[in-house]
Amino acid sequence: MSLFHTLGHYFLFIAQVFSKPQQWKRFWRQFIFEVNSLGINSLPIVGIISMFVGAALTIQTAFNIDSPFIPLYAVGLATRDSIILEFSPTIISLILAGKVGSSIASELGTMRVTEQIDALEIMGVNSSSFLVLPKIIAALFINPFLVIISMAIGMAGGWFFGLLAGVITTTEFVYGVKYAFQPFYITYALLKTVVFAFLITSISAYFGYYTAGGALEVGASSTKAVVYSSIFLLLTNFLLTQMLLS
Amino acid sequence: MIEIQHINKSFEDRQILNDVSVVFEEGKTNLVIGGSGSGKTVMMKCMVSLYTVDSGKILYDGRDFTLSTEDEKRDIRKDFGMVFQGGALFDSQTVAENVAFPLEMFANMTLAERNERVDFCLNRVNLTAAHDLYPSQISGGMKKRVAIARAIALNPRYLFCDEPNSGLDPYTSIVIDNLIQEITEEFNITTIINTHDMNSVLEIGQKIIYLNKGQKWWEGDKHSILETDNEEVNNFVYASELFKRIRKASR
Ligand SMILES: Nc1ncnc2c1ncn2[C@@H]1O[C@H](COP(=O)(O)OP(=O)(O)O)[C@@H](O)[C@H]1O
Ligand SMILES: [Mg+2]
Repeated sequence: MSLFHTLGHYFLFIAQVFSKPQQWKRFWRQFIFEVNSLGINSLPIVGIISMFVGAALTIQTAFNIDSPFIPLYAVGLATRDSIILEFSPTIISLILAGKVGSSIASELGTMRVTEQIDALEIMGVNSSSFLVLPKIIAALFINPFLVIISMAIGMAGGWFFGLLAGVITTTEFVYGVKYAFQPFYITYALLKTVVFAFLITSISAYFGYYTAGGALEVGASSTKAVVYSSIFLLLTNFLLTQMLLS
Repeated sequence: MIEIQHINKSFEDRQILNDVSVVFEEGKTNLVIGGSGSGKTVMMKCMVSLYTVDSGKILYDGRDFTLSTEDEKRDIRKDFGMVFQGGALFDSQTVAENVAFPLEMFANMTLAERNERVDFCLNRVNLTAAHDLYPSQISGGMKKRVAIARAIALNPRYLFCDEPNSGLDPYTSIVIDNLIQEITEEFNITTIINTHDMNSVLEIGQKIIYLNKGQKWWEGDKHSILETDNEEVNNFVYASELFKRIRKASR
């Protein structure tokens, strides 16, 4: 299938997904469930990765600054900006693309090949909206929180391990973190996060929903979901960075 | 009543259904029989529009399903009940939740009414004990029965069963067959059953269509099928040693 054909098919799918839920009660119940399964369940991995990347960023920046002309608080500043602008929104979203994307695609793929999606359709349920909309909305809602938490843990990790390694002092690090802080950076990061959340969930759902075949194809869909959502995420990241920061 | 008129369906270049026309009658168990690969499942999926036909008409009590929009289709489908070959139970939900699902989506019921209906349907298929089990915890035959309970939960006008008793022991098969026939007559449902089981044919074959290579080869009922001189049908009916002996004995 050509790229344009697939893209058109994807947009048609999205149009179907965004139709009014047939049963709001059921929708909200599913929404809460997905917030938990896609969001809260990702907290441990987000926390661990953020802590160690924050640590590595701090220690590396500190080692690279050995010029007497650059003040030591620059370490805090550089760590802060790397984490807020790129690491938390982009890298954490990439990790979620792997974790959440594969789980969405394999769940929907399995439902497709075991005819559960057909069963929904036969009952008169709009299966794409019923299954996918709660996932997308849940990710749009919860991912910004994950990213904010990642920022906090990342900086805390940088401070703690930097201190432990003896490459910074608390006063300088904190001064750097606060220095010339631009609140717009946070807005920018969250904006990116929301766009990425949409890409990850919708692309993965698309590949899962249109799985054809058996267990083997479910695995293939899951792989495609992760690969394509990562590629489009990075591509969009590049475009958004161009548009919003320059 | 469901009428299909001159339906054709091919996948890529392979013609699977070839100009099939049938009238499925109300309040009767309409059996579609034929060997494996003869097109039974494809025909059923065309009728419920999981596959789109290449040409032909499908009329539900006069309502043309092939011309309907997605929304109209959803409306007509609320009158459907379908039992898939593999059960197609929602594996994240318990047996009771599976049966409650269509009620929750489409029926205006209080929780108590819904629970009562679920218990009624589960009782009907003799599965009250499995109420809180998950599909992965029950046997193939039980899955089929849950699928039937789910299909009848909303009192369908049209019931589709794809091989409802394949993989079941002979006793359970007959129980299921009789159950389907009972509810068909009781609620005046138009029921269509795909099967290749001769026991079902003789048990509940009120109307029988024989499909062969995607064509309607023969049409009749459980009495005429034993007397037909259609060779293909005879080969199908008298494939097993048991039926050969019965034929010999009766002559
Ligand atoms: N989705 C599909 N794509 C291509 N060919 C199919 C598809 N579904 C069924 N077929 C083919 O159609 C024929 C009839 O299949 P089916 O209706 O499943 O037979 P059965 O009578 O055993 O239910 C088979 O040859 C099968 O290979
Ligand atoms: Mg079949």
